[in-house]
Amino acid sequence: MQTVKMVVTGPFSSGKTEFIRSVSEIDVVATERKISSDAEKTVKQATTVAMDFGRITVDEDLVLYLFGTPGQKRFDFMWEILSEGMLGFIVMVDSTRPETFREARSILETFRAYAPTPYVVSANKQDAPDAWDVEDMRHALRLDAKVKLLPCVATDKTTVKNVLLELLYSILAEMDGGAK
Amino acid sequence: MALRGNLRDFTVTQLLNLINLAHKTGTLVIEGPSEVARVAFRDGKLAYAQVGQEDNRLATVLHRSNRLTAGQYNAIIQRAAHVTDKELGLLLINAGYLSQGDILTALQAYFTDVVRRLFTWVEGFFRFENEMMPPEDRINVRLDLENLIIEGARQLREWEQLQDEIPSLDMALKFTERPDTNIQKMNLSVEEWRVVSFINPKNTIRQIGAAAKMGDLEIRRIVYGLLQAGLVEVVRPEGAPPTAQERTRAAAPVQDKEEQKSLVNRLITRIRSI
Repeated sequence: MQTVKMVVTGPFSSGKTEFIRSVSEIDVVATERKISSDAEKTVKQATTVAMDFGRITVDEDLVLYLFGTPGQKRFDFMWEILSEGMLGFIVMVDSTRPETFREARSILETFRAYAPTPYVVSANKQDAPDAWDVEDMRHALRLDAKVKLLPCVATDKTTVKNVLLELLYSILAEMDGGAK
Repeated sequence: MALRGNLRDFTVTQLLNLINLAHKTGTLVIEGPSEVARVAFRDGKLAYAQVGQEDNRLATVLHRSNRLTAGQYNAIIQRAAHVTDKELGLLLINAGYLSQGDILTALQAYFTDVVRRLFTWVEGFFRFENEMMPPEDRINVRLDLENLIIEGARQLREWEQLQDEIPSLDMALKFTERPDTNIQKMNLSVEEWRVVSFINPKNTIRQIGAAAKMGDLEIRRIVYGLLQAGLVEVVRPEGAPPTAQERTRAAAPVQDKEEQKSLVNRLITRIRSI
């Protein structure tokens, strides 16, 4: 049995757990705890402290694991461990919280430094009325035009599938020697 | 969709950069602690600016910039208060008092000054009103934002913020592929030019800083300005030692590549079927 891994990362409360939950065939093994910081409590009550873990069985010989990184910065020592051997990674960004864009950019740079694997950026919560426009987010996040920035709603399986597929297309393109 | 937020999370410099890169048309409304600023843009260029209730009529702007004497200014205010800015501008040009260039230069200087003042605003809410422009009777200018963005970035002194933006000095820089930007037209400082001269994907930011005899803070500050102006982007340095993963990849047999592609294709097929 061969296993491959993709990492879903992003700032606190960007929707990583929901993203994995939408496509995982098992209940996501989420190691959630009550929030300790008052500021973060206003956003949500519990957060992932170690990692989320989802699975997609491809066939009897191949399984894809989706790992979600902990959102709170004090657990970032886990990131490097999670990034080892990954096929690619997804950076989730909450389109309604511009205050997290800088952190998202920083996480992206950190993961690129860990491993130069293909990646895509997912603009989550695009169904919210106060969501930023995807192209505005591209500028705010300072993403090159070649980087895929994909609209997403983490609870909507169709958009989640699209993000995963776009990442896989990027991985194929890189194997063919093309651009990311 | 919404382009709105808090200045604590998004600085005025970053907003100008976004408006510049996206070639936006509309008005940026910033509700500061004590007054509201409205700055209008057309195709990503500064068109008009007003802060609070400050008098920004043409006659006042020309008087402040010493283009009109106190006597001329008083005469206009008393006798031509009902005349619009555009009409007043035409009257002054036709009467030979001023040229069109004089008027536009004075307005540009005033609007630029308003934006400069906004750089010091760190608290407040902002929103961008698409397509909302100043009243028809006001004179608009057309001013590139790049120099203002660099100036705004120069004012950003917070070390922690710079560290967040440029977490590693071991990355390199390369010029962005923006054929519409002419670096020769930009007003870079001597220090910025010195850094620009060393930009090459082979040189890390740390090496550039050492070559230009700059400390970490100084080099970060300058690189941040160049990033905000969209002139450069951060890349992995060429010739850097390979990461563990790269070493693993390089060691993998060539025939594995086809297997890997087959594996990815199986993943694609599976995910499509979910």
